[in-house]
Amino acid sequence: MELVNPGLGLIFWMTLAFGAVFFILKKFAWPIIIQALKDRERHIEEALQAADRAHEEMKKLQIDNEALLKKAKEERDQLMMEARKLRDKMLDEARVRANDEADRIVENAKVRIENERKAAMTDIKNQIAEISIDIAEMVLREKMKSSDVQKAYIEKLIEDKQLN
Amino acid sequence: MAIHKGIIRSRSISYIATILLIGFFAWSLNARADEDLHQISEHTEHEMEKADLNAGEIIIGHIVDAYEWHIADYGHTHITVPLPVILYDEGEWHFFLSSKFHHGKSAYKGFEIAQEGMLKGKIVKRDADGNFVQPIDLSLTKNSLAVIIYSTIVVLIFLGVAKSYRRRARKAPKGFQSIVEPIILFIRDEVALPAIGRKHYERFLPYLFTVFFFIFFNNLLGLIPIFPFGANVTGNLAVTGVLALFTFFITTFTGNKNYYAHIFNTPGVPWWLKVPLPLMPVIELVGVFTKPFVLMVRLFANITAGHIIILGFISLIFVFGQASVYAGYGMSIISILLSIFINFLELLVAFIQAYVFTLLSAIYFGMAVEEHH
Repeated sequence: MELVNPGLGLIFWMTLAFGAVFFILKKFAWPIIIQALKDRERHIEEALQAADRAHEEMKKLQIDNEALLKKAKEERDQLMMEARKLRDKMLDEARVRANDEADRIVENAKVRIENERKAAMTDIKNQIAEISIDIAEMVLREKMKSSDVQKAYIEKLIEDKQLN
Repeated sequence: MAIHKGIIRSRSISYIATILLIGFFAWSLNARADEDLHQISEHTEHEMEKADLNAGEIIIGHIVDAYEWHIADYGHTHITVPLPVILYDEGEWHFFLSSKFHHGKSAYKGFEIAQEGMLKGKIVKRDADGNFVQPIDLSLTKNSLAVIIYSTIVVLIFLGVAKSYRRRARKAPKGFQSIVEPIILFIRDEVALPAIGRKHYERFLPYLFTVFFFIFFNNLLGLIPIFPFGANVTGNLAVTGVLALFTFFITTFTGNKNYYAHIFNTPGVPWWLKVPLPLMPVIELVGVFTKPFVLMVRLFANITAGHIIILGFISLIFVFGQASVYAGYGMSIISILLSIFINFLELLVAFIQAYVFTLLSAIYFGMAVEEHH
């Protein structure tokens, strides 16, 4: 019977003690603990999300980087190709121009040589003519030395004239 | 390395599971053995009277509340801590120490501790006809003092825990914090949230935490057999009754329209069960009161039973020792082993009963605030 006969005093003290525990902990412990747990959970969740986002971003960045690299490579290739083309073109042009120049120089030289030759020929002709005239003069002088010859020649000329 | 650890962990889990399983078998066996023991002890009781050792009385004496805190006997000297007696009788307050009763042997100011009858163990006064009458008794008994001491411990622990939560915001728990945090999370996520629902559960968390840890710590401290611990606090109907009343009042005052409609005009029940004979309302109303009553009795019975079994095993040593000293020595080995085992079981029960009380309270709160659906 003793076991199931609760004492009034104990009920009183128990109500007081438990009430006090409840009141004190409700005011000074549980709100802090509940809030701290909530804060930490939120913090962890946010940190995880941030990590996920960072991961995504890194992935994206990597893809971007690759694309950029690829583009850069393509650009470089194209630039190289253009440079090569340009170089080839420039070489070609240079070659053509050099050829032209050479041709022109040769042509000039030919013309000049021709001119020189012509000049030389003219000169030779002139000299030959002068020499011929000189010789002819000398021959004539030699022939016309005697007055008989001169006379005979004049008579012949006159005769020709009369014949005409 | 990690795999290795995992194997060890899973192995230790299976060990624990095995131990629990054996524990439950042993528990049921024990319950049966206990009945046999009762018969035996009844048998031996007559012999015991001769031998002047009554195990049943000793056990009950250890379990019930008392006006003094008995620590040990040395020879014929009782080592006890006297506690203040506070009485209000016939318009007069009486304050004195319980040592005035000389361990219940003598009366003081006309008051005495009843040694038999319905009021056994209570402070009483004899009226003109020689019948016992009880004064208003607010004495600080053994269990009252124990409740106050254990409550102080609980408060100090959780104020400390709250402080470390404030100081170590957003950091991993440390020290005592890491012991209570899994339990706090368990009560929040596995008890309150499913039983009450997301909308209202936060309102009841402080009470559920308080009630859980109060019961848990009182259960545990009640198992330590050294002063000032070892008082059978949660195995006392006054204590469990007050706890149950708190749950009852919170349920009653937070109950919404739907809750009361469910009691007085139960939906989904044929009308002739309500009018003219209000059968359902009566049943529901009785249910309102049986719920806290069950809370009270369950905790009381479980904790008391554990204490009785442990004390029973210890008493067995002396019962056998009365017959023969050697039998007492022999029995002591078995008894100590068994009581160690029961003590481990009681550690489990200390948690389970605190959990059950909290869970049931949460379920009642959940009913009280349930929305109409």
